[in-house]
Amino acid sequence: MFMRFFHRMASPPYFYVISGRWLPWLAVICLALILAGLYGGLVEAPADYQQGDSFRIIYIHVPSAWMSLFIYVVMAVAGGIGLIWHIKLAEMVAVSSAPIGASFTFLALVTGSLWGKPMWGTWWVWDGRLTSELILLFLYLGVIALYGAIDDKRRAGRAAAILALVGVVNIPIIHYSVEWWNTLHQGPTVTKFDKPSIHISMLIPLLLMAGGFKLFYLIAVLMRLRSEILERERNSKWVTALVGSEDRRQKTEDRVQESDVDPRRVGP
Amino acid sequence: MKQVVCMKRRSTLNAFYFLLKRDLILNFRRRAEIANPLLFFVIVITLFPLGVGAKPQLLQSMAPGVIWVAALLAAMLSLDRIFRSDFEDGSLEQLLLSAHPVSVLVLAKVAAHWLVTGLPLLVVAPLLAVLLGLPVDAMGVLVVTLLLGTPVLSLVGAIGVALTVGLRRGGIILSLLVLPLYIPVLIFASNAVDMAAGGLPVTAQLSMLAAFLALALALAPWPAAAALRISLS
Amino acid sequence: MTFSSADCEPDKPEYYLEACDLTCVRDDQVLFDGLNFRIGSKQVLLIEGKNGSGKTSLLRILCGLGLQDGGEVKWCGESIERLGAGYHQHLAYVGHHDGIKRDLTVLENLHMAQALDQPGRLTIDQALEKVNLWGYEDVQAHALSAGQRRRLALARLLVTDNCLWILDEPFTAMDKEGIADFERLIATHTAHGGLVVLTSHHSLNCDGADVQRIDLS
Repeated sequence: MFMRFFHRMASPPYFYVISGRWLPWLAVICLALILAGLYGGLVEAPADYQQGDSFRIIYIHVPSAWMSLFIYVVMAVAGGIGLIWHIKLAEMVAVSSAPIGASFTFLALVTGSLWGKPMWGTWWVWDGRLTSELILLFLYLGVIALYGAIDDKRRAGRAAAILALVGVVNIPIIHYSVEWWNTLHQGPTVTKFDKPSIHISMLIPLLLMAGGFKLFYLIAVLMRLRSEILERERNSKWVTALVGSEDRRQKTEDRVQESDVDPRRVGP
Repeated sequence: MKQVVCMKRRSTLNAFYFLLKRDLILNFRRRAEIANPLLFFVIVITLFPLGVGAKPQLLQSMAPGVIWVAALLAAMLSLDRIFRSDFEDGSLEQLLLSAHPVSVLVLAKVAAHWLVTGLPLLVVAPLLAVLLGLPVDAMGVLVVTLLLGTPVLSLVGAIGVALTVGLRRGGIILSLLVLPLYIPVLIFASNAVDMAAGGLPVTAQLSMLAAFLALALALAPWPAAAALRISLS
Repeated sequence: MTFSSADCEPDKPEYYLEACDLTCVRDDQVLFDGLNFRIGSKQVLLIEGKNGSGKTSLLRILCGLGLQDGGEVKWCGESIERLGAGYHQHLAYVGHHDGIKRDLTVLENLHMAQALDQPGRLTIDQALEKVNLWGYEDVQAHALSAGQRRRLALARLLVTDNCLWILDEPFTAMDKEGIADFERLIATHTAHGGLVVLTSHHSLNCDGADVQRIDLS
């Protein structure tokens, strides 16, 4: 049952139609989570006794930092699936995730630096986590650059997937190397990123924001996937039918559901 | 059956040996090019005192990092040579279509590349360390870090080259792909030299470097082989 | 001419290469769609077509170098993707780029080819005689003419033990005599149970060989 669902979802036309139905719902839930999280974080939660109101940036910073790592892992896993089973959709998930992941990484860096200004008095400190985050951004940019440099998009997707896999093996090594380097060069500084015992009224909005960000990622990746599918399959009958006339959309949906679905086949 | 497997293994070893020898011969016949990355290494290091000033203390404290960053850049610049000419004359296709595991052949090519570009760095580095005023005690450690670290650079770099070998302008992208992956080696190697200059023990750093080398030896040939297949498709 | 290998002898089980429903799309153009064929031992497949009709793409897919957009290539009934090196040990490919190292001598080039595959068939001396390069053993390949380099690439087929030859325009830059020589070699190869797939602008004159043709245009 599950395998059958998986197999069907891996077929681009079927995926295109289904994801189109999901998108509005996901958007509503995502918006609700983020609004609730923002309200809880900016209004409900008490100010920090040391940092005052400036701590509230964690409601953007921490979920972005979580997302940056999460998306890299998703990218590598999707890339691995795409390479091993030749599922084109998985490769597309990998390459569509890269720019989103890079944006979250960038957001985490910017918010970290904004937070650092009142804390440290400078915009940038070679703090272990910030440095790892910066290197993670480089890894993302490498994947994006490689994908952009190869003309044949199928080949580009597979090359980017390999790079993502190599990167995911290296991330822990890089992370611990940088942490170790940081403790050596700076001495044991008390960083604000240490896990403090966080109060429950601060934690709940944080988790809501994290859920909202995850959904936002899902929505963004679905939308990128849909346009990527249309672009790659522009020669196939179902895309011509879809783009040719919107009012025949229902017909296409029916035809797609009837037709045999094979994830490995392009339909020219 | 066992005998067949045994024969096969021996012939793969034979292929490894032949490919290594072939690449060394090819490099020898173009020996003028071998000196280039080495010259680059020397020039980059001479730029530093000119740029930051020749205060002995400053230079000495910067020496480990400067030497290692220069080694990183020199290794990266010479990486393209691993697969480029084979790609252009079609030899790479023949390697991929051989009866032997491509990862073993990749390893042979990386080994040849390291012998030609990495090993000379070991010889020149102590001289440059003298220029930068690094204490003599740290010299040995510097050579050991280069011995352990530069093969890792070649191995990891091979993945990057394999991914970009089909591109007309792969050079800059290659640096973007490869340099972030070099960071752990840079951290531990330069730190080991730094510590040795201060007379502190460095076994931890050296064993980390050795672990990186073992890991890279075991893992890097696979993605490099897969990347070559993709680049040639 | 003696065959030292046991692989391609007539009494061994037959080898065959199949293309099932192969599809190839390059830059929005469908080069071929639903291509099917099957050739077995002692057969030659000549692929014809205009420039840009996908001959080289097809050959690379048959080698397992290129990616098809649908369908499968099978060797003796098994997908070549699954066979991997088990397929490549039977295969020799001469492509657009001949895979000859310019800075190596003729002899070193052939030694390398033998190390990458199993040595078999002819000795290097015999092979050089067949392709008319006798006496050039110690000449570096960059000193050879284009036609001679092509012959050297073909000599590689003779010194290694492969029963499937895939050749992309093997006669490019070769003189009439060379073409005739090589046509004879193809005939001998198929007579001993080998398979040959090639593209060529020349008409193929192989006496006694069973030549099939596919036109891609």
